[in-house]
Amino acid sequence: MSELRAKLDAKKPSTIFFNFFKYFAVIFASLVCLVPIVVCVFTAFKTVDEYNATNVLTMPQSFLYLENFKVAFTRANMLRGFCNTGIVLVFVLALSIMISAMLAYILNRFKFFGNGIIRNLFTFASLLPGIAMQVTVYQIMYTLGLINHLYGYIIVLCGTDVISIYIFLQFFENLSRSLDEAAILDGCTYFGVFFKILFPLLKPAIVTSMLLKGVSVYNEYYMSNLYLQLPELKTISTSLYTFTGPYGSQYNYICAGVLITILPILILFLFFQKQVYSGMAAGAVKD
Amino acid sequence: MSQAKASAPAPRKSLRAWILADNVQRKLVMITFMAAPLLLLFLFTYFPFAKMVQFSFYKRTYLDPGYYVGWENYIDVFSRKEIFGSLWVSVYYMGGSIVQLSLSLFFASLMVFKVKGEGIYKACMFFPYLISGIAIGFIFKFFYARGYVLDTILHMFGIPMEDMPFWLRDMKINNICLVATSVWRYTGQQMVLFLGAMMSINSDLYEAADLDGANKWQQFRYIIIPSIKTIITLNLILSFSGSLSAFEPPYVITNGMFGTGTYFVTMNRIAYEDQKVGLACAMAVVLLIIIIICTVVEKVLMAWLFRDKYEVAAKKADKAAKKAKAAAAKGGAKA
Repeated sequence: MSELRAKLDAKKPSTIFFNFFKYFAVIFASLVCLVPIVVCVFTAFKTVDEYNATNVLTMPQSFLYLENFKVAFTRANMLRGFCNTGIVLVFVLALSIMISAMLAYILNRFKFFGNGIIRNLFTFASLLPGIAMQVTVYQIMYTLGLINHLYGYIIVLCGTDVISIYIFLQFFENLSRSLDEAAILDGCTYFGVFFKILFPLLKPAIVTSMLLKGVSVYNEYYMSNLYLQLPELKTISTSLYTFTGPYGSQYNYICAGVLITILPILILFLFFQKQVYSGMAAGAVKD
Repeated sequence: MSQAKASAPAPRKSLRAWILADNVQRKLVMITFMAAPLLLLFLFTYFPFAKMVQFSFYKRTYLDPGYYVGWENYIDVFSRKEIFGSLWVSVYYMGGSIVQLSLSLFFASLMVFKVKGEGIYKACMFFPYLISGIAIGFIFKFFYARGYVLDTILHMFGIPMEDMPFWLRDMKINNICLVATSVWRYTGQQMVLFLGAMMSINSDLYEAADLDGANKWQQFRYIIIPSIKTIITLNLILSFSGSLSAFEPPYVITNGMFGTGTYFVTMNRIAYEDQKVGLACAMAVVLLIIIIICTVVEKVLMAWLFRDKYEVAAKKADKAAKKAKAAAAKGGAKA
């Protein structure tokens, strides 16, 4: 019935117009989103002569000219950046996921005085503007001797993770309590319930919050700039920032550097598109 | 240990011991599981927050504890030109967030009405959100630089080079250009959020509306919008407070020159280059107050806006139905 109707509808001029308009708008928007990046790709593959001679919209002669990438990679010391970011990522993801899953377990499964208060404390914390707080966080980090240590940076990043907590809270809502109760009756401890029974079931939520947290840690600039000031501690975004200085307007190198940092994210996105999208939705619905 | 206790004494006691043990266990698990997150929350959020409020009444640097100055820092926030100017810059970003909201709603609704290859368009539009702020800064520095991307594109459409403004230096348009960057960055993400919410609407509703001859605009207005109003409100709040805290792209692109310093770019300079910690803290507190006010006002406003209209509409429909019924009854009686 509805198919028939759709077929009839397809011939109406208004439907044809709507369809045309629809595709035009969507394709145009996609182009607008891609053009700034594609231009960077073009520029990153151009030789210096080509870069000086041609305009930015012309394709490079060959997409195999990798000199710009080499220069960008070595001069900004991106290998160091990738290593440091990698170390930070592993620890922050492991720690913050454990921490927020455990907290969500308590907040969801236990009724006690202060449960609501703690939830509200975290909600309010998410309102506090992160960058603004760093003025005084810096002093605390300084007092604790955590500045210029990777572990200091790791600890700070673990401390500000409200979205993961929400994701896990939501996930626990949908996990039946009868699982816990059965296990408790069988003589399992609460620790056992969490680690042996619930934690393995959290897998989808873990993947989503890892993706979200991972991207935000990978892209984090402000705190790593503040707390990791030694050149050998630079993360990937602080090493990318070094392009502001000596390169000025040598955009062939800058574009190459930008693309190097984007590439891991792009690969991750292509593999985990669905999880990223669903994670967006989960992270957004806070109330 | 608790098991040893429980198994030894008489049954009555053992029951009590069991409850006790359960209680102990509960407390134990609660303490161990909550210690780390709460410690971190207090250490890196609430303690610095308290310090921030305290410092905002002092004239101090990082090392020098300084002295109490009362409300002076707050007066400075509103009287110093560069700070007040940066609040004005935020207004551009707020405008941008409304544009962004409308665009993302628009594209999400287009995609709800079945688009072939939806995944590709969605991915293209979403991807900018995943790029780091610093990288976006460089991409758009290049994009707007004299003689580079934007100029070349416009030139292709026949606009002579001489007529083109300096996108980043012309005080009339540079903030709009920077705001466009953030619209570019976040529209796709918002669209994905809205699309997710729209997908959860029962598709029978559209079909029924189609059969009843409702056009696309009516479907959008009367089916889509009411079903996703919560997420719209939430997003408006988030993007408003986000627009107050725009930092990385303007920091890289112009570093706050030519009147483009957003609140955070200005604050960053005051805190780290000028070392005026007290003033920076006062700025942070003012920002927080603005964010809280915005959040509350928007929540109230949106609740009022949406609920009112629909309740009014529902009441009207109700009344109309009653009237019709009454009329029908009368008519029936007459006939």
